[in-house]
Amino acid sequence: MCGIAALQLRNPSLHPRMGSLLSSMLCQIVDRGPDSAGLAVYNTPGLVSEGTSTLSLLGRDQGITTAAITAGVAALLAGVLPADAQPAVQVVGDTTLVSAAVGTDLLVKAVSETLPGSTIIGRGEHVAVMKSVGHPMEIAADHGLEAMSGSQGLSHTRMATESAVTAGGSHPFSVADDLCLVHNGSFSNHATVRRDLKREGVVFDSDNDTEVGARYVASRLKQGDTLEEALVNLGKVLDGFYTLVVTTADSMAVVRDPIACKPAIIAETDDYVAMASEYRALAGLPGIDNARIFEPEPGKVYTWSL
Amino acid sequence: MVTLTAPESTASTAPEARVPESTTVDLAVTSVRELNQAIHNAADGQAWTVTNPGGKHSLAVGIDADIAVTIEGHAGYYAAGMHQKGGVTINGNAGVGLAENIMSGRVHVKGDASQSAAATGHGGLVVIDGNAGARCGISMKGVDIVVGGNIGHMSAFMAQAGRLVVCGDAGDALGDSIYEARIYVKGTVASLGADCVEKPMKAEHLAELGDLLAAAGRTDNPADFTRYGSARNLYHFHVDNSTAY
Amino acid sequence: MTITSIPAPVEAPVQNIAASDIAALGLRESATFDRATIADIQRAASTGVYDIRGWGAKRKVPHFDDLLFLGASMSRYPLEGYREKCDTDVVLGDRHATRPLHLQTPVTIAGMSFGALSANAKEALGRGATEVGTSTTTGDGGMTPEERGQSKHLVYQYLPSRYGMNPDDLRKADAIEIVLGQGAKPGGGGMLLGQKITERVAGMRTLPVGIDQRSASRHPDWTGPDDLEIKIGELREITDWKTPIYVKIGASRPYYDTALAVKSGADVVVVDGMQGGTAATQQVFIENVGIPTLAAIPQAVQALQELGVHRKVQLIVSGGIRTGADVAKAMALGADAVAIGTAALIALGDNDPRHAAEYSALGSAAGFYDDFQDGRDPAGITTQDPELSSRLDPVVAGKRLANYLRVLTMEAQTIARACGKSHLHNLEPEDLVALTIEASAMARVPLAGTSWIPGQGSF
Repeated sequence: MCGIAALQLRNPSLHPRMGSLLSSMLCQIVDRGPDSAGLAVYNTPGLVSEGTSTLSLLGRDQGITTAAITAGVAALLAGVLPADAQPAVQVVGDTTLVSAAVGTDLLVKAVSETLPGSTIIGRGEHVAVMKSVGHPMEIAADHGLEAMSGSQGLSHTRMATESAVTAGGSHPFSVADDLCLVHNGSFSNHATVRRDLKREGVVFDSDNDTEVGARYVASRLKQGDTLEEALVNLGKVLDGFYTLVVTTADSMAVVRDPIACKPAIIAETDDYVAMASEYRALAGLPGIDNARIFEPEPGKVYTWSL
Repeated sequence: MVTLTAPESTASTAPEARVPESTTVDLAVTSVRELNQAIHNAADGQAWTVTNPGGKHSLAVGIDADIAVTIEGHAGYYAAGMHQKGGVTINGNAGVGLAENIMSGRVHVKGDASQSAAATGHGGLVVIDGNAGARCGISMKGVDIVVGGNIGHMSAFMAQAGRLVVCGDAGDALGDSIYEARIYVKGTVASLGADCVEKPMKAEHLAELGDLLAAAGRTDNPADFTRYGSARNLYHFHVDNSTAY
Repeated sequence: MTITSIPAPVEAPVQNIAASDIAALGLRESATFDRATIADIQRAASTGVYDIRGWGAKRKVPHFDDLLFLGASMSRYPLEGYREKCDTDVVLGDRHATRPLHLQTPVTIAGMSFGALSANAKEALGRGATEVGTSTTTGDGGMTPEERGQSKHLVYQYLPSRYGMNPDDLRKADAIEIVLGQGAKPGGGGMLLGQKITERVAGMRTLPVGIDQRSASRHPDWTGPDDLEIKIGELREITDWKTPIYVKIGASRPYYDTALAVKSGADVVVVDGMQGGTAATQQVFIENVGIPTLAAIPQAVQALQELGVHRKVQLIVSGGIRTGADVAKAMALGADAVAIGTAALIALGDNDPRHAAEYSALGSAAGFYDDFQDGRDPAGITTQDPELSSRLDPVVAGKRLANYLRVLTMEAQTIARACGKSHLHNLEPEDLVALTIEASAMARVPLAGTSWIPGQGSF
C-alpha cells in the first residue's frame, strides 16, 4: 500500500531538473507510505555511464571499506576480464554503487563472491536504484535526489502490508538489467506464482508480493515478450489489486488491474510523461495546466518510449 | 487562522445593497483544516473562493450552510464530501470520491472526476462537465448525477435510488445489481451488469431527463438517450440466480 | 437454518429414537457425516441455495476457557474484595480526537443494526449500556432516534453499504467506527433477508420493501490503508477533529491489519474473532473463515507494541465474550476493552427457555435458535414483526442487560483483585497460563505448570 511517482522526460533540456521534479512529486505522496522509500533514476551522470555496468547494493556499509570493496572486485575481475574493466565503487546516501566495464552478469557474480552478504537492488547500464527505511523525504535528501539529472525517474513510498518494513522489501524491485517495477495494491495469489517461478529456477530476495510481479515480468521479457506483452501476461497470471509502473532503459509502462481500485493519474505533455498515485504529486510540474491529464483505464497497458 | 485576502461581508453597516463578497482562502498558506473549520462556521449567503488547491484532499467537506464555495484548480479525494447545503464549484478536476454521500445542494466539477464520484449520495445534484472514472454513482441512494462526458466501469453498482445521466459513453458492467435508480445514457454502453436492462423511454422519463439536463445547464436532447434500470430478478435469493451471487 | 421454507422431513426415524436405544441397536454415527452434516446436504439438495443463519461460529475452537489465572498467594498479594479499589474505567480514542469516550466499564455493546434487531431491542441495549456507563453501537442501516436518545455513548458505524449514512448523525455520534469486516465473515458483506425489510427498515436503507438485501463487502470510495488514511482525514474534517475514529476488522490477519489501522490514523482498533455473531450470513462463511478470538488478540497486541502505541491506540476485542473471566482474560492479553453482541442478546431474552414451545414450532429449540434472518424470533429481538417485537419490554430488557453488564464487570474485578490489580488494565499475559497446547500457542502464554509456549519466537 503505497504512493507512486514516476517521470519520463521527453525534452532533454529538462534532464537537469529530473531529480528536483521527482523530489517535488515524492513529497506529495509521502502520506501514502511513510515506512520506507525507493528511487530509481535513469542515465544520471555520475551514477551510471554507457558501456559500464552498475550494480546498486543495499546499504552503505558492505562490511568492508570502500577501498577494500574496490580492491576485492578488481582482484576478482583480474582473473577473468581484460585489465580495462576499471571497477569503481561509490557510496550514495544509503546505497553503494559498483560499476565496471563488463557485462552485468559477470559483475553480479563478482560482487556476490566478493561481498557475499550484499543485497543487489539494481543492475544495468542505465539505472541506479536506491532504497532505505525511514521518512521518504529524508531518504531522498540523503541520496541527493534534488540535484540529480536524468532521463527517467521512479519513486515509491511504502506502507508495508504483509511483508516486513525493511529496505529490501521496499520498491522498486529491479531484477533484470535496467528493469524496475513498483506496485500499489496487493496480489492475492503471489505465493503460487512464486512457487511456479522458483520451480523454473528463479531466485527471490524477499517475501514481498511485488517482487513476484517483478520476477514474473523479467521472466517473460527473457522469454521474448515485449514490455507490453509481459504486462498483459502478468494480468492473466497474477490475481488481486494493483497499479504498476515498470521502467526500462528507455520506456515506462503503467497498468492497473481490471477492477482498478488503486489510484493512478497521468499527465502528458510534449516535454514529459508523469504518473502518480494522486494528482497533488503532479500539481507542481512545469506546464501542468496545459497537460493532458487522465486516469489509466482498467486492465489496459500504457507504454511510452524515449 | 484563515488568511483573508478580501474583506469580509459587512452586511450590518451596508444595509440593502448587500452583494456577497467572496472570502478567499489561499491553500498555499492556509491549511485544509482551517478552511473546513471556517466554512463550518460560515453563515448562509456567504461566498468563499479557494485558491491553490493543488489536489489536496477533503476540501470543503461537511458543508451545512447555504454558502457558495468555488475551488480554483484541481481537488484531491473527497472534495465536497457529505455536502448538505449550498453549492461547491470546482474549476478543475476532482479526485476519488467527489461529493461522496452528498445529501442535498449542488456540486459542479468543470473538469473530470476520478472514480466513485457521488458514491452513496442520498440527494442533491452532482454535475461533472468532463468524464467520470470507474464506479460513478456506486451505491447511489437518491442523488442526481449528470456527466457531460464518459463514465468508467462498474458505475451505478448497487445503485438504489436517484438518476445518473451520461451524455457520453458508459464503461463495462453498468448498473450491476442495480435497485431502483434510473440511468440515462446518450452514447454507447460497453456492457450492462447483472440485473440491469434497457427500458423504454416514456413521457415521464423524457420529462425528468429534460429537467436534469436543464438543471445541469446542458442542451442535449432527451430523445437521444436510452434508459436503463433493474430487471428486479436479483431482489430475492433464488436457485435460478445462483450464478449471479 | 433455512432461507426458504423447507418441508419438514417426512421420515426421520433415527432422530426419534432415544440415545440409549441407538446404542442398543448398535448404530454408529459417522464423525464425518454426522446428523447435522447430513441435514446440511439434504437442505442444499432441496433448495439449491446456500444456508444463511445468524449467530457466530458454532464449532469448538480454542477459547478463553482454555486459560486460567494465577491468583496471588505468597509471592504476590491480593486485594480485598469489596473494600480495596479495583477500577474499571477506560478512555477510548484520545490519540487524535478532542472528545474521547470515558466509559465506566470496559464492556461495550457491539454493532447490531436496527433491521437485524427490533427497535425495542435497540432501545433496550441503549438503556442497559447507559445505566452502567458504557457505549452501544449502531449497525448496517443507520442511526435511529430511539437508540441515539437512549444511549449516552453511541458509536456510529461507517460501513461499506452506507445505508442511512447521514452527516448529521455523524456529528451526533460519540465515536465513528469504520467497519472493514466482522469476525463472523471477514471479507464478506452484510445480509438482511426480505422478511425483515419492513417499510421502516427499507426507508432507512433506501431499498424496496421485502427484498433480500446483500451489502457490499468493500467500501465504495476507498480500498487499502493508504486510501483509508485519506478517508479518516475526511471524517475528521467533517467532525472538526472532535470524534474518535475506530477501525473494526474481522480477525484473519490481525497483526498486519492492526498495524495498518494504526498507520492509517485510527484512534481505536476493534478486532472481532470468528465466534463473533451475525444476523445473517452464509453458514459456510461463519464456520470456515477467520480465526478464533484467542488467536487474534496477541497478534493485534504485538502490532500495537511494535508501533509503540499499545494502550495509546486502544484495542477492543469481541467474539465470544460471555463472563467476567473472559473480560479479564481478554484484558490480560492486552485488550483495553471488549464488546459483546450475542451475550447481550441472550441477556435481553434471546433463546430463553420460556419460548421453548415456539422455538420447537420453528424447528429449533431454546439454546439452539439461530434463524435470526427469518425475522420470526419469539423473543421479539431479531425481528421486525410488530407483534413479536412488542413482546420485548425495552425497560425490563434494558434492566436485564444492565444487570448482566454489572456481573461481567464485578467478575472481572474479582479476578483482577485476586491477581493484586487495582485496575483491570493492569492485568497482563504473565497472569495467565494455558490448559491446552493449542491455547498456549495461540494466546502465547505458557502451558500450566511449565514455562513452555509452543511456537514462541516465530510468527
